Amino acid sequence: MSPVLRVDELSVQFRLGTETVHAVRDVSLRVDPGEILAVVGESGSGKTATALSVLQLNPVPPCVYAGGEIRLDDRDLLRLSEKDMRAVRGNDIAMIFQDPMTSLNPLKRVGAQVAEVLHRHQGVSRASARAAVPPALAEAGIANPELRAELYPHQLSGGLRQRVMIAMALIGRPRVLIADEPTTALDVTVQARILDLLVELAQRRDMAVMLITHDLGVVAEVADRVAVMYQGRVVEDGSVSEVFGAPADDYTARLLRATPRLERV
Amino acid sequence: MSLVELDNLRKEFGTGRQAVPMVAVDDVSLSVTEGETFALVGESGSGKTTLTRLLLWLLEPSSGTVRFDGQDLATLSAARMRAVRRQMQVVLQDPYSSMNPRMRVTDIVAEPLVTHEPGHRGRRARGKLRATVGELLDAVGLAPDVQDRYPHEFSGGQRQRISIARALALRPRLVVLDEPTSALDVSVQAQVLDLLADLQRRFGLTYVFVSHNLAVVQRIADRVGVLAGGQLVEVGQAAQVLRTPEHPYTRALVDAVPHPDPVYARRRKAAS
Repeated sequence: MSPVLRVDELSVQFRLGTETVHAVRDVSLRVDPGEILAVVGESGSGKTATALSVLQLNPVPPCVYAGGEIRLDDRDLLRLSEKDMRAVRGNDIAMIFQDPMTSLNPLKRVGAQVAEVLHRHQGVSRASARAAVPPALAEAGIANPELRAELYPHQLSGGLRQRVMIAMALIGRPRVLIADEPTTALDVTVQARILDLLVELAQRRDMAVMLITHDLGVVAEVADRVAVMYQGRVVEDGSVSEVFGAPADDYTARLLRATPRLERV
Repeated sequence: MSLVELDNLRKEFGTGRQAVPMVAVDDVSLSVTEGETFALVGESGSGKTTLTRLLLWLLEPSSGTVRFDGQDLATLSAARMRAVRRQMQVVLQDPYSSMNPRMRVTDIVAEPLVTHEPGHRGRRARGKLRATVGELLDAVGLAPDVQDRYPHEFSGGQRQRISIARALALRPRLVVLDEPTSALDVSVQAQVLDLLADLQRRFGLTYVFVSHNLAVVQRIADRVGVLAGGQLVEVGQAAQVLRTPEHPYTRALVDAVPHPDPVYARRRKAAS
């Protein structure tokens, strides 16, 4: 299968005054349709900078895309105009963020926020965009979607808000979903259900998912392949069973050892 | 011997105008033995933070009693209360917001000393103060020369060490650790957990450790209490409760923890 998204030798720098921070160094990644690629690493490892680069959401300046390519099919996203890039966001590639509390507009009903995505990105009329909202919420696992669409973000729990974010990301039927720590702010039981939902949606829609996380437990549960980042580089990548079973890189091994695991009978 | 005893503790919020008060802590009784690590686990809204606030007497219960070293905290005079307070300290979750960004490390760590021990106040006591702070920083693995620096110059793990040094300044008997490692990277988390275990041995500390991370709890706790909806649904030896949970809620909590072993994780997925 050919990858839908390929990152080739990407380098991203942040130039602050005379100082240059090499946030991403020669990073290469690929994701196939229907596959979940986990990008793991600790804070400052460059995983979020890489993810934001795919959508070119890093602030320029200070960010500089210093080298490499980001290919969606055969287009290099780094060469697209801002106008063309805007057409890619939300249509071909969508993103969900860590904190569902701050990613939603507190003054608008959630249904209207989901509809707006469709209206803005795909030029669907407001009326038909609104009609598309309940099925989209239902697909994200929200019960009573007609009722929930009329609520404001503060009336929903953290788990439901993250489901709204997922519905919003998926309503444009993207081929690639970038999920940046989507369950970090959630309780474990809620996290388990959201992860199940992501796996199910990736399979059902044959969607490529790039899952950014610091939690190796989450990687082991849901990912097909994993790329381990450290100080801006991918130090190891491979199938989850290979990397966890026999980490080739010293940092990966140390990270695995440092991860506390719950021993069960 | 029990250092902390909670009896039928209850805390309601919003009893003013609302007809139905919100019960944050509902009839909780438990005791914490001197020298042990007692973990409180539960999801957001389960009442674990409220319970620690009651235990530290930062909130007064709606009913029930809190005893520290046998003394009912509700009956203490202000002077006796101050004497109890210095024996119980707290380390908070967020090492970024729990220290004043305009204070130097010396003053952050020394603040409890200055508050509770008149001998540490004033310009003349400065030398003594710096020496004490130096020892505390050494105990948590920081070089004494960090004293003149400001919080923003430190990483999250280093800041949490500073918070721990501050909590130890008065040589307390009880330290409440409210999610002390959840804002840290795993490799840093491991170091801080090791440090906490080491300090407990050296200073004979009793810990109440609040966490939502069951793997961390299993590593550090002797006993564990599971909170759900303000009630203590299960309490017992950590090894036992986490391996063979009795209560359905504890079982759901344990089952939801992602396992960093793909073989095991996949098998579990296939089974469900």
